[in-house]
Amino acid sequence: MTVSDQLTGIDPAGYDYSGHDLTESDGSGNDTIAASATAMSDAGIGIIRVSGPDAIRICTGICTNAKGMHDLETHASNTIVFGYVVDEEGSRIDEVMVSVFRAPRSYTTEDTVEINTHGGTYLMGRILDLVLKAGARLAEPGEFTKRAFLGGRIDLSRAEAVMDLISSQNEFARRSALAQLEGSVSEKIREFRSMILYEMAFIESALDDPDSYSLDGYPQHLEEICTKLLGEMKDLLETGEQGAILKEGIRTAIIGRPNAGKSSLLNYLAGTERAIVTEIAGTTRDTLQESVRVRGIQLRLTDTAGIHETQDRVEKIGIERAKSAIGQSELVLYLIDASEGITPEDKSISLLLKQWKNELPAVRKCILLLNKSDLPPVTDEKSVREFFGEADAVLSCSLKTGEGAEELGHIIEKMYHMGELIHQNEVLLTNTRHREEVREACRSVSLVLDSIRLGMSEDFFAIDLMNAYTSLGKIVGEAVEDDLVEEIFSRFCMGK
Amino acid sequence: MKYTIETDVCVIGAGHAGCEAALACSRLGLRTVIFTMNVDSIAMMPCNPHIGGSSKGHLVREIDALGGEMAKNIDKTFIQSKMLNISKGPAVHSLRTQADKAEYSKVMRQVLENQENLTIRQAEVTDILTQFDLEEISGTEQDRKSTGINVGGDVSHSDLNSDKKSNNDSSNNDIALNKKRVAGVRIHTGTVYSCKAVIICTGTYLNARCLVGESITETGPGGMQRSTWLKDSMNRLGIPLRRFKTGTPARMDGRTLDYSKMKIQPGDPVVVPFSYSTDPADVQIEQVPCWLTYTNEETHEIIRENLDRSPIYAGIIEGTGPRYCPSIEDKVVKFSDKGRHHVFIEPEGRSTNEVYVDGMSSSMPDDVQQRMYRTVPGLENCVIVKNAYAIEYDCINANQLRLSLETRAVDGLFCAGQFNGSSGYEEAAAQGLIAGINAANKIRGREPLILKRSEAYIGVLIDDLVTKDNREPYRMMTSRAEYRLLLRQDNADLRLRKYGYQEGLITQDQYDYVCYKEQKITEEIERLKKIRIGAAASNQQILRSLNSAELKTACTLAELICRPELSYEKIAPLDPDRPKLTQDITSQVEINIRYEGYIDRQKKQVLQFEKLEQKKIPSGIDYDDVGSLRNEARQKLKEFLPSSIGQASRISGVTPADVTVLLIYLEKNRGRFHG
Repeated sequence: MTVSDQLTGIDPAGYDYSGHDLTESDGSGNDTIAASATAMSDAGIGIIRVSGPDAIRICTGICTNAKGMHDLETHASNTIVFGYVVDEEGSRIDEVMVSVFRAPRSYTTEDTVEINTHGGTYLMGRILDLVLKAGARLAEPGEFTKRAFLGGRIDLSRAEAVMDLISSQNEFARRSALAQLEGSVSEKIREFRSMILYEMAFIESALDDPDSYSLDGYPQHLEEICTKLLGEMKDLLETGEQGAILKEGIRTAIIGRPNAGKSSLLNYLAGTERAIVTEIAGTTRDTLQESVRVRGIQLRLTDTAGIHETQDRVEKIGIERAKSAIGQSELVLYLIDASEGITPEDKSISLLLKQWKNELPAVRKCILLLNKSDLPPVTDEKSVREFFGEADAVLSCSLKTGEGAEELGHIIEKMYHMGELIHQNEVLLTNTRHREEVREACRSVSLVLDSIRLGMSEDFFAIDLMNAYTSLGKIVGEAVEDDLVEEIFSRFCMGK
Repeated sequence: MKYTIETDVCVIGAGHAGCEAALACSRLGLRTVIFTMNVDSIAMMPCNPHIGGSSKGHLVREIDALGGEMAKNIDKTFIQSKMLNISKGPAVHSLRTQADKAEYSKVMRQVLENQENLTIRQAEVTDILTQFDLEEISGTEQDRKSTGINVGGDVSHSDLNSDKKSNNDSSNNDIALNKKRVAGVRIHTGTVYSCKAVIICTGTYLNARCLVGESITETGPGGMQRSTWLKDSMNRLGIPLRRFKTGTPARMDGRTLDYSKMKIQPGDPVVVPFSYSTDPADVQIEQVPCWLTYTNEETHEIIRENLDRSPIYAGIIEGTGPRYCPSIEDKVVKFSDKGRHHVFIEPEGRSTNEVYVDGMSSSMPDDVQQRMYRTVPGLENCVIVKNAYAIEYDCINANQLRLSLETRAVDGLFCAGQFNGSSGYEEAAAQGLIAGINAANKIRGREPLILKRSEAYIGVLIDDLVTKDNREPYRMMTSRAEYRLLLRQDNADLRLRKYGYQEGLITQDQYDYVCYKEQKITEEIERLKKIRIGAAASNQQILRSLNSAELKTACTLAELICRPELSYEKIAPLDPDRPKLTQDITSQVEINIRYEGYIDRQKKQVLQFEKLEQKKIPSGIDYDDVGSLRNEARQKLKEFLPSSIGQASRISGVTPADVTVLLIYLEKNRGRFHG
């Protein structure tokens, strides 16, 4: 099966899923799986569900109470206990309620532990990470449901409904997950993979045709490559962890020509809900990023260059500025000053927006705000709709008086719940899986280094190199199956 | 007049696949007829003169473990033997032998001739007959003179017949009655052999043509007569064919070569036999060397100048050729950065001067061949006996087969060897053996023998052929086997003897020995893990003499064996009470101890893998009835009709979500499919 089809999404039952190769499990449930059982959002509470024979043991390892280790094994089924989740160093990460369900009295009919956290994508991501490090693997699409069904817990119609949705979402999820993968990260992963593939192909060619390819001195060469690879993968893991907070929320850009009301919109968004949540200097770009919440949905406003400008300062937002503001946003709030009408600058901006939308129409949304409805208008909703047909919604409002602005929140909320806006949670979720795969690849490459240092012969390197290659392949969604054979034939002159 | 001979199994073709298939069936007590275009081409080796090599050597060992003939035959007829990759891990050690081609063929023919229940018949099989054809023959054909049916390609009588039948019968039996079942074959003379199973092993003979530049001859390999009629027969059976190509280098008069300009390639000083039944003492013979030389820029220049005259580059060849066995033209074009390529000069046998020019297969015109070979050091004055040529032939896409190698279209019709789109003698023989066993099982009413990817290279080979979209002749490679550390050439008997025994091709004695061996290996490993030796001065003394670090604390003998500089043999002085065991047992003990960590990792992978393999998909499944499968997956599943969830998951285009949907569907319909 192709790995490209194994990327993430959220199943309708609310469980996140990821694409571990099915050959690693068969649904008979003898390994332990984990995932977030609620949408990873900023809701007040979030649940991490762990199911399988080792569920209780795994959670015991990361939970403590005030007195020290929590032994969940001793807790009766269907009870809730209070405690903390701690990381490897023993630092408390979150205060949690832990529910223990013993087989068969659980949703999946297996031993299940549910960790009720304080929610928040970052926190949940970290806790899930710990559970995975402790020995669980990330659940596959709909796997809790599958186990529940196979265990006789839920009836067929429900299981089928879940499966129908998974199938239909499969393609969409794959596309959007790929879109979410930062270009530079996927490039890096591909670079790692091609390094590994080349080495594997060389080893295989030399083993297959020892007369033509010699492996003399090869282990030293591979040791260098693997050491370099391991270092780079570890670096990547670290940046992934730092980047987690930044990635919360729907990437949103506010654009419009000068004086269209961008600052007013920000003030409005920040003011109507409980102000700015985070303000962090970007680590990857030299811009400031801010998060605001609109009707409970987190928006990450990218490129705030315009936002901090004072009203009286003459803005010089040119096309270049707008371009960088749009960037990789999922949502664009496009402001037009109704009292001035459509200007030539708006025409340029609209061209940019069209281009941006066409790249990924399924996951990019644009709301056009016709601002300053309190002033005498020179244009109306109908004309701007004609001017910019790509807008997913058009709203007349006055940010000054607040009239009609509330509707914006409703529009965003509706788009979100219709699944038209992909919450940045999923990038984090994807990252949880990505990090797990990179970590797995690190383990495999370390094993290769062990084998080299033990003086094992080259064919042993191939076993763990292949594992590393497979793990990384799951991130970029590339097929593994025949890569090696292809590489051997294209790079090395084989046979007689 | 029609003449009918009754038998149980007909094997079409007496190459490496056909020989194994026919021997398996006849040894299992079935009356078997093996048809060959020419009895002098039985077990012919029309291409390279070697058997074994990387991963192919594994196949030969597995064939032997299951009770096949190839290993025994090469042990009797080899002229050089070499264990490849001996400095590498045990998983990639591989035995390669040079065969005396004429002897190999002769000895195999003797085995066939002397086999009880087996008849050799020189004839071209023109038709494969189904039950409908036989009814037709017995009904109306007595008055007819014609021997071939439906040659014109009109609507066939059998088809009409089956239509009639289906209309007359109750719908419940429709499928069973309409299903074509093999009932016999007809040969070019018109004689019919009625039988219960047919195994097609036509190799590269079917509709073959050979190309040497502009010269095209309609022959099979080595100038043998090709077969043609079966093509139409396959058409009528609804089994589409496709066209593959392969090639072979020139044969030269060895007396005209200057070996002083080449590097000698001798065999191993101590020869390891291929067969578990061969006494190692019998294979320590005087060996014949091979020779190594290289192409050079001058060679490449001649090739480049004449590319437009190569049938491949001129577009004359329609078939798909193998990338792993490139012609010298391909090598020069695709690897233009390489200044030279290996050329191995290999003898074709003891009783001939002919040598094989390994590494320079070609389909260039004769004049170009003459010039290009002569640029190679040592070949300046070479005299060509046989030209290098490319050969195109008809074969099938093996996705029409079940894992038992039976066609899905016709009951009792099996296919093996190059006809299935593979390449290589060993790949062919392995399939022939399995097809033979399974044809016999079909007749005996037994379950087919299907080896798993985790059990044997043969399992990988057949699964790949049947499940993957192969677009070129398939060659076995160690990199294709996911669990190669478990599938070693040294433990083929421990892996597979039990199956050979169950099928009836391995004797009680042979099986008893494997059981004994297995038990001794386990006991000895346990013992070595238990016995600890301390840091006594005498022990340290021994370790020092072995250039190994002294002990700081006590450790087990097994731990000492793991030290790279030590071995089971070397630590003997530290282990005075060890039982007397033969080398085949101690080597297994050593491998298992030394590579335990890696072996355990692979065993875990296998456990995961096998769970999905065990989930069978009933043959009656209607994929249109499985809701929520993606369209692409539905089409692929319909095309490949996988027999297990594991196999389904290996089909490209079938996603994990599809597999889950399928699992749930099967679960839901458990009752329907099982009673």
